[in-house]
Amino acid sequence: MDQSRFFKSEAIVLKYFPLGEADRVVTLYTPGEGKVRAVARGVRKVKSRLGGHLEPLTRVRVLIVKGKSLDVVSQAETLTSNIALRGDPWRTACGLYLAELVDGFTSENLGNPPVYQLLRQVLETVGRTDDPDRALRRFELQLLRLVGYAPELHHCVECLADLAPASHSFSAAAGGILCPSCRGSDPLGRSLSLNALKVLRLFSSSDLQTAERVRLAPELTLELEHTIRYYLCYLLERELKSTAFLDLLRREREAGERRSGKSEAGVSSRSR
Amino acid sequence: MDFLPAAAPIVRLIEELNKLPGVGSKTAQRLAYHLIRTSTEDAEALAQAIADIKQQVVFCARCQNITDVDPCAICADARRDQTKVCVVEQPLDILALERTRSYNGLYHVLHGAISPIDGVGPGDLKVQELVERLQNHGVEELILATNPSLQGEATATYVQRQIAGLGLKITRLARGLPSGADLEYADDVTLTRALEGRQEFT
Ligand SMILES: [Zn+2]
Ligand SMILES: [Zn+2]
Repeated sequence: MDQSRFFKSEAIVLKYFPLGEADRVVTLYTPGEGKVRAVARGVRKVKSRLGGHLEPLTRVRVLIVKGKSLDVVSQAETLTSNIALRGDPWRTACGLYLAELVDGFTSENLGNPPVYQLLRQVLETVGRTDDPDRALRRFELQLLRLVGYAPELHHCVECLADLAPASHSFSAAAGGILCPSCRGSDPLGRSLSLNALKVLRLFSSSDLQTAERVRLAPELTLELEHTIRYYLCYLLERELKSTAFLDLLRREREAGERRSGKSEAGVSSRSR
Repeated sequence: MDFLPAAAPIVRLIEELNKLPGVGSKTAQRLAYHLIRTSTEDAEALAQAIADIKQQVVFCARCQNITDVDPCAICADARRDQTKVCVVEQPLDILALERTRSYNGLYHVLHGAISPIDGVGPGDLKVQELVERLQNHGVEELILATNPSLQGEATATYVQRQIAGLGLKITRLARGLPSGADLEYADDVTLTRALEGRQEFT
């Protein structure tokens, strides 16, 4: 058989959609070839050997047969199951959000092994931590850097001046920070606190352990999430789909915490 | 020749067919040209059938299943066990469970599963209807029968948390190996669930 028609790789399942009666088109992220879309035949049948291995957020080893119009998954074997992300809607929602980002910011036939490692690492983190916000923010910033959209966080993107320790403005259109005298150049920019700027800088370059040691007050957590989301949506030129469910779960969790009278105790912001 | 205006109805038909799930633009074109060649009676029968499902088919106010009478035949059947409600994703799942003749309770159709990547959240499903139904009627056991997929499990857990305060017995379909399957090909999640759900061998 012609070996070039086969493609063997490790991959993380990003998503799938149904095709015909029993098939699915699966989107995989591979280290060497980036995004790969392939048909998995018969996987919606109960007795499918492939189906259980190709659920979203599973890390698999796949053998793909390259076809003229469609690639077909011929074999799949689980390397890391998604069981830690299952059964808890919050973890599932975080995992699918990360998959949506990778799907949105990467292309087919363009390998980027560090993106693969970053995704693999953050999925493991989401599976074990009860507080994945910092891992998610660090992932977003480092993904942006790896695909060439790192925001400029050290100089004003307009006048190139060093940034004074003050609050600034984040401009998605300009791709970074505007100093107080330049902030008028983008009326759509969002104001950014000094603490948030420091955390953005830290998460852009820190390892995961360092990022997870940073303690964030609830307001700062929200400011970071909203600032980065505003930038992500600007770059993608669309709203992210999976954030609605994440936001709903957060509101429900906060309402539950208020009901049970549990207060956010002793949370302060600390960063470099 | 005035070609384009003449083709406009075909273009419109192709566009409408193209909206159907699983129908790409190639298939939509094939179907449209098939319909052009179909007899007028057959084409009108199809059009009438489509019009009828919008006028004559409704959601059952109790179980949300698709029905032509409200309440549906299952909800109206007094011989069925009114204390059990089985939650499924799709109306077709009811047919599958009914085929087994192993279940005699009632159902509740969510009409989907939580699918964040498609923008489908709990608000798009019949979750609120379920919560209200369980508050008012004499239901004792809720059986969660969503698909054993990542999204089906997230849906089941989400529903379970919404009704946790109601004091019902909540059960879930056993998840494990399909009959006739080879153990060596089973994925880790299926095997783990099968181990968790193991039963005493007597
Ligand atoms: Zn400036
Ligand atoms: Zn009914």
